[in-house]
Amino acid sequence: MRVEGQKTEAPVIPDPVSQPSTPWRGEAERRRLNPQPQSSPGQRAWQRFRQNRAAVISACYLAFLLMALVAWPIVLKVSGGTFAQIHNPDRLSDAQFAPPGAQHWFGTDVHGRDVFSRVLFGAQISLLVGIVGAGVSLVIGVLWGAIAGYVGGRVDSLLMRVVDVLYSLPTIIFVIVLLTTLGELLKQSHFVENSPALTRQLRVVLLFVGLGAVSWLTMARIVRGQVLSLRTRAFVEASRALGGGPVRILARHIIPNVFGVVITYLALTVPAIVLYESFLSYLGLGVQPPMASWGTLIAEGVSQINPIRIYWWLIAFPSGVLVTTLLALNFLGDGLRDAWDVKSK
Amino acid sequence: MYFLKRLIFAIPLLLVISALAFVLVRLAPGGPFDRERAPASPEIERHLKARYHLDEPVWKQYFRYLGGLAHGDFGPSLKYRNHTVNDIIAQGLPVSMTLGSLAFCFAMGVGLPLGFFTAARRGRWEDYTGSFLAMLVVCVPGFVVAPLLILGFSIKWNLLPVALWESPWHAILPTIALGLFFAGKVARLTREGMLNAMQSEFVTAARSKGLGENSLLLKHAFRIAVLPVVSYSGPMLADLLTGSFVIENIFQIPGIGVFLVNSSLNRDYTVVVGLSLLYAALLIVLNLIVDFAYTLLDPRVKYE
Repeated sequence: MRVEGQKTEAPVIPDPVSQPSTPWRGEAERRRLNPQPQSSPGQRAWQRFRQNRAAVISACYLAFLLMALVAWPIVLKVSGGTFAQIHNPDRLSDAQFAPPGAQHWFGTDVHGRDVFSRVLFGAQISLLVGIVGAGVSLVIGVLWGAIAGYVGGRVDSLLMRVVDVLYSLPTIIFVIVLLTTLGELLKQSHFVENSPALTRQLRVVLLFVGLGAVSWLTMARIVRGQVLSLRTRAFVEASRALGGGPVRILARHIIPNVFGVVITYLALTVPAIVLYESFLSYLGLGVQPPMASWGTLIAEGVSQINPIRIYWWLIAFPSGVLVTTLLALNFLGDGLRDAWDVKSK
Repeated sequence: MYFLKRLIFAIPLLLVISALAFVLVRLAPGGPFDRERAPASPEIERHLKARYHLDEPVWKQYFRYLGGLAHGDFGPSLKYRNHTVNDIIAQGLPVSMTLGSLAFCFAMGVGLPLGFFTAARRGRWEDYTGSFLAMLVVCVPGFVVAPLLILGFSIKWNLLPVALWESPWHAILPTIALGLFFAGKVARLTREGMLNAMQSEFVTAARSKGLGENSLLLKHAFRIAVLPVVSYSGPMLADLLTGSFVIENIFQIPGIGVFLVNSSLNRDYTVVVGLSLLYAALLIVLNLIVDFAYTLLDPRVKYE
């Protein structure tokens, strides 16, 4: 009996995602289903989020990092003089391999450049690539997967064959070939002939394109798998029986229900793309010097390893910042998921 | 029936992929002979191109290539003289396959139990510790783990060999370095799946019928919980089998990954296309197996 009761209740469990925009249900009915006067779903989510200590600490850490990487160039510009000279990330000096100290907080590298500054400037590139890339993968992946899983039949096979074809191209080869092809074409176009700085910036855009183009596939497959099992559920059939069209069913019932999985996967995608970028840059295929990202910095550090002397700060600081940032992004994603997902309360 | 159809469909799929790879590789300016030691005279270069039929139009080259493929011939390497692509595959693939399979077993062997355990102890300190570990491992790239492992186990404590691929002892560090990231991912997916499954109605139903907590989790919840992992294991295995070139590079392992990267940088067309095809065939088969496993595990999913 209990199970039966739960089943009929399932479609009307107040859903924080779809609830704010349910005028068709009527205010009176909403009150009946949800009697106590409520704060908005957003407020409740915020309250749940605040109770998650790991997520809050992560959010603070990320905010701090963002502030630091925005403020640091300004500080350098304003202070001027020797301070700016010492901490200029591109300025070569004779202070090779200086260990961390009062002057160089994270030490210096093989060319005597300040590692602290380089890590902060590298953060801009790494984070930008991660966020833009994940955004691209989110939009394409969710739409693609939801349509394929919901419409089914021929459309599904067509869409999924496209994913299969792209999936079957080795990701890394695909990105490398794409980057080299576009990079070479870029080099030869008149547009950027006289401006190496612009070329470097366009290479970062190429990274967005390349990484975004390969990262949505898994998202699409996961969403499709979820939708495939969701669309046979009773509440979807009920909505269809009530005359709901495919757009309404997708937007109101299916996509909100895959939200938890999508958020979790997105939380894995941002750091995954940051990782991917660092990996490409580690191989020398991503960001080109003198521009730096965390990957190129770690690669430089690793290349200086030898049994006689280890310049630990060259590896420890870039990878430390990389790992803590990835951790914070992951914890933040988990926190957001838990805050929005009523099912796992 | 459905799966048979898909298997037959794989043939045109592979053709599309080969054409795509063929065109994409050739779109970039520059050729395989650009970086020869001496600047070749135009005559020599013309001879070289004629020998490998690079002077013909691309479509003609493509059909010539397909003709070779029909006989199981992937063609000669343009960069590694005296080596055919078949040689490269025969040399590198077994090594990469061994390393990849070991890392896969490691990832599953560590990830599944960890995910299950943390979900079963949800909210206790075991959960926090385990989840944190899984998270940490996902956040540390292989090119950071590998040097750390070498520094610790090989240089400092002198327990395991630094590099190379000879005895089973040599396989331990690369396996861990390669598999650790995936173990963390599997653990996270498993935990997530378990938590979702534990709130399903069929679990409540089974519990209300008086089923013990252990067999409830193991036999009922776990079966649904592994679905995301199953879904992920296809591409993961393919990644592990061929995408291990950073690890192969660091540990000096003669696998196939090194060729993959070098060849596409060197514009070694035949090697890139051949290895891409190999990888593609592997992925198609793996995905087919994954989808088949899906229907076995989740009766709600049907293919028609």
